[in-house]
Amino acid sequence: MSKYLLNKFLFTVDRDTSLTERYREDPAGTVAWWEAEEANRILNCTDAERSTWLSFTDEERQALATHDHVALFEMGAHPFLTLTLWIAMFERDWDEPLGMQLDYGAKLAYATQPYPDISC
Amino acid sequence: MAKLVAILATTHHPFYYQTSQLPADQAPPFAADWVRKVEAYRETLTRAQPDVLVMVGSDHFHQLWLDNMPQFLVGKAPFYDGNWENEIREFGMPKLFFQGHEELSAYLLREGIDRGFDLAFSHELRVDHSITCPILTVRPQNDLPIVPIYTNIFAPPLPRPERFVQLGTTIREIIDAWPSEMRVAVIGSGHLSLELGGPRQFGPHGPDPDFDAQAVDWIKNGDIDGVLSNVTLESLHAPGNATHGFMDFMLMMGIAGYAKADYADNLDLFHTMEAYFTWYPDPSLVPGLPLTSNGAL
Repeated sequence: MSKYLLNKFLFTVDRDTSLTERYREDPAGTVAWWEAEEANRILNCTDAERSTWLSFTDEERQALATHDHVALFEMGAHPFLTLTLWIAMFERDWDEPLGMQLDYGAKLAYATQPYPDISC
Repeated sequence: MAKLVAILATTHHPFYYQTSQLPADQAPPFAADWVRKVEAYRETLTRAQPDVLVMVGSDHFHQLWLDNMPQFLVGKAPFYDGNWENEIREFGMPKLFFQGHEELSAYLLREGIDRGFDLAFSHELRVDHSITCPILTVRPQNDLPIVPIYTNIFAPPLPRPERFVQLGTTIREIIDAWPSEMRVAVIGSGHLSLELGGPRQFGPHGPDPDFDAQAVDWIKNGDIDGVLSNVTLESLHAPGNATHGFMDFMLMMGIAGYAKADYADNLDLFHTMEAYFTWYPDPSLVPGLPLTSNGAL
């Protein structure tokens, strides 16, 4: 399990509008592409300095590929990163203010503290 | 020596700017009360007539992230851009541009390191809403140079609450010793109980109103011992999964020392409690203020 890589995916996709849209429309394809091309790109470094070892587990890949924010929460993905990206992708689908955020919280209503550890 | 003319500790609600821009017939029912409280709070800074602002905030995974995370960072640039694309997207916030104060940044860094804090620094910093929101509320003309100080309240392992208080105490010592004639105000922003990305988010109130009431009481009474004996890094999860931002209020209590706030106000909003505090370390420096000021202005 690589919570770091999960968070890196959420972080990099959220801050690039074209990637956000690509992930909304084609989650499985975007995750596959990102893992192959972007996961080992060290941020702020050139391609020559790519790392070699970062990859998702099957469970992580599946959660990202299915937009399963509940599974990501259970894995300990940072909740701020997940929520921010979900707002970017899905808030537009709701008519009432904060409708998406309330639905997002309701889907986690079963969760009690302590929540999963978000330390990488 | 420099004059520390005011210390402000405030929440940073990213929806305020957009809400305050709405025409009355489109604004939510709480908007007028919110604007009125913010404008009253703004006066507590205006009357202190500062020349430079030290701004304490917490980056929300914008500039700082898990690939290289400092615990405390001081900006040391001549200028700063403000707000990020996802803040503009989510909150309707404007892009901002700030003048920095490199001399004070350098002084804070040198003195802070010498006094036991291994501070990180950055010459290229885009500040986010923990700093831009207080500017939009208490200094919307954005006409003063700033020194941003960022804290890590997001990415475990975090500094413990007492470390935030200690840093505040140290910042106070450094500003008081700064060989300058400038009038300095420190503005720090955080939040009370807060849940983000969890089941209790965006409720009708903050996730833990009892914690919020206690927190307001601690802050306005300068009860550093009370808060330190009741709050731990571990306990702060209970009032909401993002409540560690309260430690930025604790940092500001460290700057103010054990003094009661000269101004305290709060407003219960959906999903959070807004709270506003101001201290005047030397009331004689604030025009029109009685030498002993204690209570709401």
